[in-house]
Amino acid sequence: MGLFSKIKETFVGKSTKQNEKYVAGLDKSSTSFSDKINSLAARYREIDDDYFEELENILIMSDVGVNMVMTIVDEIKKEVRIENIKDPKMINDIIVDKMFVIYANDSYMTTKINYAKEGPTVILMVGVNGAGKTTTIAKLAHKMKEEGKSVMVAAGDTFRAGAIDQLDVWANRLGITCIKGKEGGDPSSVIFDGVKQAKEAGVDVLICDTAGRLQNKVGLMKELEKMNRIIKKTIPEGPHETLLVIDATTGQNGVNQAEEFAKITDITGIVLTKMDGTAKGGIVLSIKDSLNIPVKFIGLGESMNDLQEFDLEQYIYGLCHDLMGE
Amino acid sequence: MAFESLTDRLSETLKKVRGQDRLTEENMDEMLREIRLALLEADVNFTVVKDFIKNTKEKALGQDVLGSLKPGQVVVKIVHDELVELLGTDVSTVDFSKKPTIVMMVGLQGSGKTTTTGKIAKYIKEKNHKKPLLVAADIYRPAAVEQLKTIGEQVDVPVYSEGVDVSAQQIVKNALAKAEADGNDVILIDTAGRLQIDQKLMEELKELKGIANPDEILLVVDSLAGQEIANVASSFNEQLGITGAVLTKLDGDSRGGGAISIRYLTHVPIKYIGTGEKLDQIELFYPDRMAERILGMGDVVSLVEKVQDVYDEKESMKAFNKMKSGTFDLNDMLDQMHQLKKLGPLSGLLKMVPGMPKLPKFSDEDSNARLKETESLIYSMTMQERQHPEIINMRRRERIAKGAGKTVADVNRLLKQFEQAKKMMKQFSNIDPMTGMPTQKPQHNGGYNPNPNRKKVRHKKKKKR
Repeated sequence: MGLFSKIKETFVGKSTKQNEKYVAGLDKSSTSFSDKINSLAARYREIDDDYFEELENILIMSDVGVNMVMTIVDEIKKEVRIENIKDPKMINDIIVDKMFVIYANDSYMTTKINYAKEGPTVILMVGVNGAGKTTTIAKLAHKMKEEGKSVMVAAGDTFRAGAIDQLDVWANRLGITCIKGKEGGDPSSVIFDGVKQAKEAGVDVLICDTAGRLQNKVGLMKELEKMNRIIKKTIPEGPHETLLVIDATTGQNGVNQAEEFAKITDITGIVLTKMDGTAKGGIVLSIKDSLNIPVKFIGLGESMNDLQEFDLEQYIYGLCHDLMGE
Repeated sequence: MAFESLTDRLSETLKKVRGQDRLTEENMDEMLREIRLALLEADVNFTVVKDFIKNTKEKALGQDVLGSLKPGQVVVKIVHDELVELLGTDVSTVDFSKKPTIVMMVGLQGSGKTTTTGKIAKYIKEKNHKKPLLVAADIYRPAAVEQLKTIGEQVDVPVYSEGVDVSAQQIVKNALAKAEADGNDVILIDTAGRLQIDQKLMEELKELKGIANPDEILLVVDSLAGQEIANVASSFNEQLGITGAVLTKLDGDSRGGGAISIRYLTHVPIKYIGTGEKLDQIELFYPDRMAERILGMGDVVSLVEKVQDVYDEKESMKAFNKMKSGTFDLNDMLDQMHQLKKLGPLSGLLKMVPGMPKLPKFSDEDSNARLKETESLIYSMTMQERQHPEIINMRRRERIAKGAGKTVADVNRLLKQFEQAKKMMKQFSNIDPMTGMPTQKPQHNGGYNPNPNRKKVRHKKKKKR
């Protein structure tokens, strides 16, 4: 399957260590997607409606959007008809292939951060309540520091009790500056201070925390709009990255989240958190499909090192783990 | 409010069935598939959906629906009953009569445990006149203790904490002693968020359970969660034996079906729902009302209760009579708007009205701004103008616009809006108060069906004849 291997080739330059960690976090039994599909194939003598229904269920269980699942399964059905495939064993490559095609969709995918050519790179973290924004900031700051960048963080979540302290604790552990405002104060002023001080101090990266907001809260979304404007005032091309943090346990609502946040800010990537659990975060496939927003990072645990660049291949392998065996 | 999308979907589906004379096995299959997709899109766990579809089909067939003349009715009833069963049939609350009542809050990271703990403390302090003590046993997440302390200050409830260097077990032990000394009758323990597969942390929870011997273990569940939440709940239940669930973030637009499956799979009731970021935004969970809302029947009971709370009966009767007599004027329109405003955000209200989910979404900010604009325009009119809007000519319009700081176009818009309202009122005034149906054939207005219970109503009408 040409495309499959082609895309595979684009995932080069990953150290073995990283891959191991990825697999460990993503797929606890290290059973690959192909194995699972194989086991499904083994139970079916021929490809019939039951087979497709089971495939549908497997994908739905991973929180892949319902419409998306129907699309994938329909595509596979079509392919099976065209190629006149009867043996389920032959179908495996097609399934993986189709999922790759739908995610990749001929678009440019990158997991690299779009750094500013000069001056500080501003990264804005957004998301619903409890998605893991603050923790992700700490991990991202740690990662960038390891890469030799100087990092500053701004505690833009002035709403939730303890949020400022939380980021401050992380900043202290990392030995970086944390720009703080008053709890209950205007987050835009904190962001403004952050951008100003980042520029003055000449740091490479400024990561701005924001309060969690449900995407249907108009007032809070407007507040986010304001923060964006404030950043642009000092750094016109900023924010260079706006990362939407999505919890892997998120269900179908994830698409809504992405859509609404994308209306307000230019979302450049997704961070999929809490992937060390059993949730699959399949909804990111639907988000990529409908909004073309790629996943840039995934969070695999609670320690500082547990943030990895997104690897589509590994992800799709891990996606259907556990489910095929049923 | 959650669930609106499921409501949309199901009302579409049922409409399809309603339109058909007979329920054949074929069209039922299509309907069941639609319901299945709707439930899956609402994040209801797929095994629950499977059962739901199976049960609905069995019941539908068992009740001789195939021969029924009104399949829609039967289907609505079956789906409704099944949903109620899915959500739990009774309202469950936490029993705080025991002294002290010990409640342990558990859940995944970021589900809203700490906030919910604070909300429950405030709720029982005010409604049950309890003297709660909050215990900060989340020693892992940075600043979790500070968060609970801040919340404790906000709701004026003491918080027991020992920082993060003492084990959670020790903190809980000491907190129990402290509560006894201080005479606290409810102890709410906030624990760290954890994955159900994290054996070390789950072990800690088991130990905490052993120490505190809690009367309630509440699992806090994010209503945004998807399929996986069923496994999470089952796992927490197996390892700890949870006694209830709290659904958080229901003010979002998620469909919250995952949380419904929890009820079904673990047989644990949902005891509270979180409906906002403020600390008083917590409510009891009413399964039947929720089922009706999901079905698009609207939460009429809640709406009526709410309306009774604030609506001035005399005022509205006055308006109703005016409506009937056709002398509805701008003053009445303003009165009605004010009455409505008392009921709270319009969007929340509309969702409780049967059939309303089909209306396009609109924001409360917009409607409030609109209301204010209308208000200022009407206030800029003379009494005569308000009673007889037809006399408002161009010069008057200019004067009114100037007075309200608006443009003539705004005045025109208001007058047009009033005309429309009046027209609508005229239609309403034709409604038979017994059946809620128009006494004359209504105009065909763009397929908008204000009453999803149409079948039922039609039935009544027939009886009357």
